[in-house]
Amino acid sequence: MDALPAAPPMVAVTDVWKARGRNQVLRGINLEAARGEVACLLGPSGAGKSTLLRCVNALEPCDRGIVRVDGTAIGCEERGGRWYRLRERDVSRQRAGIGMVFQGFNLFPHMTVLDNVCDAPVRVLGQPRTEVRERAQRLLEQVGLAEKAAAYPRQLSGGQQQRIAIARALAMQPKLMLFDEPTSALDPHLVGEVLDVIKALAATGMTMLIVTHEVQFAREVAGRVAVMVDGVIAEAGPPGAVLRDPKDPRVRSFLARAL
Amino acid sequence: MAQVEAKQGTVPVILPAPRPGHWIGVAVVAAVGSWIAYQALTNPGFQWGTVGRYMLHPQVLRGVGTTVELTALVMLMGAVLGVGLALMRMGGGQVLPLCAYAFTWFFRGTPVLVQLVFWYNLATLFPTLSLGVPFGGPKFAEVSSTAAISSFTAALLGLGLNEAAYMGEIVRAGLLSVDAGQGEAARALGYRPMQAFRVVVLPQAMRAIVPPTGNQVIGMLKYTSLASVVALPELMNSVETIYSRTFETIPLLIVAALWYLVLVSLLSAVQAVIERRYRRGADPAGARG
Ligand SMILES: Nc1ncnc2c1ncn2[C@@H]1O[C@H](COP(=O)(O)OP(=O)(O)O)[C@@H](O)[C@H]1O
Ligand SMILES: [Mg+2]
Repeated sequence: MDALPAAPPMVAVTDVWKARGRNQVLRGINLEAARGEVACLLGPSGAGKSTLLRCVNALEPCDRGIVRVDGTAIGCEERGGRWYRLRERDVSRQRAGIGMVFQGFNLFPHMTVLDNVCDAPVRVLGQPRTEVRERAQRLLEQVGLAEKAAAYPRQLSGGQQQRIAIARALAMQPKLMLFDEPTSALDPHLVGEVLDVIKALAATGMTMLIVTHEVQFAREVAGRVAVMVDGVIAEAGPPGAVLRDPKDPRVRSFLARAL
Repeated sequence: MAQVEAKQGTVPVILPAPRPGHWIGVAVVAAVGSWIAYQALTNPGFQWGTVGRYMLHPQVLRGVGTTVELTALVMLMGAVLGVGLALMRMGGGQVLPLCAYAFTWFFRGTPVLVQLVFWYNLATLFPTLSLGVPFGGPKFAEVSSTAAISSFTAALLGLGLNEAAYMGEIVRAGLLSVDAGQGEAARALGYRPMQAFRVVVLPQAMRAIVPPTGNQVIGMLKYTSLASVVALPELMNSVETIYSRTFETIPLLIVAALWYLVLVSLLSAVQAVIERRYRRGADPAGARG
């Protein structure tokens, strides 16, 4: 691996297509993020951003194209020159290395905060409970919620729940984090605390794919920005160029409305 | 602050609304209640002495045991098959949902009494039950149906398959009540499908599953008395056997009724405990539950 001229990208989405019924939701998506890079995905609602993110960790299979994370094809494998879909339990193992944070938090309401964070590393990765608990406690400190370990999710604000959801994903020690509009369900005054946690995470060198409507945040944190419109990536590049001076007229009109 | 105090004197005190109907209701309930008590105490037909004598009669106790055992096994069978049916209905594909749907249609659509008697008389349809290759292939084992299908087996099959059809729908409703994002979050964390179901989805579905299941258990406890038609000596059959010999019909029916009430009360208490267990994290305040 070290002998390769350039390190492979942490995520590589190659010509991904996906239909939902008659609706072609993704139409040939290509996207890459290097190790440690933060890529922000912008675009109008219905453009296919969530669908793309769900194809990256194979929550949904794509119809064509390949997603590779750290060089490994996700959700499918090649045998004798043909590509076959993997069984769900094999895909589960791949997903364990990819964290995902949802718009609606999706914490497990019947578990305490600590159990939310600890359950998957213990159950899925088989790591020793004491070691996981220590790591969980550190992660809760990192997201500023160490004192909430014994609380249940419904006792917390949206911003706190989303920070716990981030800690839960990080507890699996993923190589890649996916965020699907992590602040869209939050009251405006709670958005900042979640974005701050994500910014701090970016500073630690975590590779991240972030769907967001927060253009200012994307400008600050992203190494690369892609704008999706109608199932294609209309424009991609460094945030300065894409956000200040977009070439595509659809991107220009989207950004005019978003800013 | 000062303003609030100044105004307080002018705020009217709110009295409860007059409720004349309430007192009429109390009077009617009191009258009916005392008539029932009077009858129970003075009507010699109740024969309370006889009731007391039979409450702990060995044959009655054996009947109670059989009723409890049958109810437990029927509900176990119903719950296990019901979860299976719900998963078949909700999973993908065409064949499995259709099979589950057909099962529910048939066993929910025919009277449980018919099903009971049918299983009991299986021998007329299939004189022997064998394990082997169908359509005339070799047989590995064979028993006569009358030997294999005892009263208890017939009751278990008749009631259990019927119960599975109802439990399937209860479990399905429970699973539908859980937000789809929950299973999704579990899958995204790397839980295998069965882990996601067992650890994340089912415990949350239980909140919607337990109350109607409590209804089913209590209903089933009494439905087991139908098994007296296939000569199973459960509680009802046992008291029938006794009063057909001694003609102490009313006191023995009271014995049966009291036992059913005792069992139902126990079950209700158990249900309350189980419900509290699955309420964990449900209410924002004091979610410790
Ligand atoms: N579960 C679904 N079934 C059918 N169509 C869907 C479903 N979810 C999303 N879509 C459609 O797919 C398209 C892309 O959706 P999505 O990926 O959620 O867009 P975005 O996240 O960019 O708002 C939309 O046209 C939407 O209507
Ligand atoms: Mg979306």
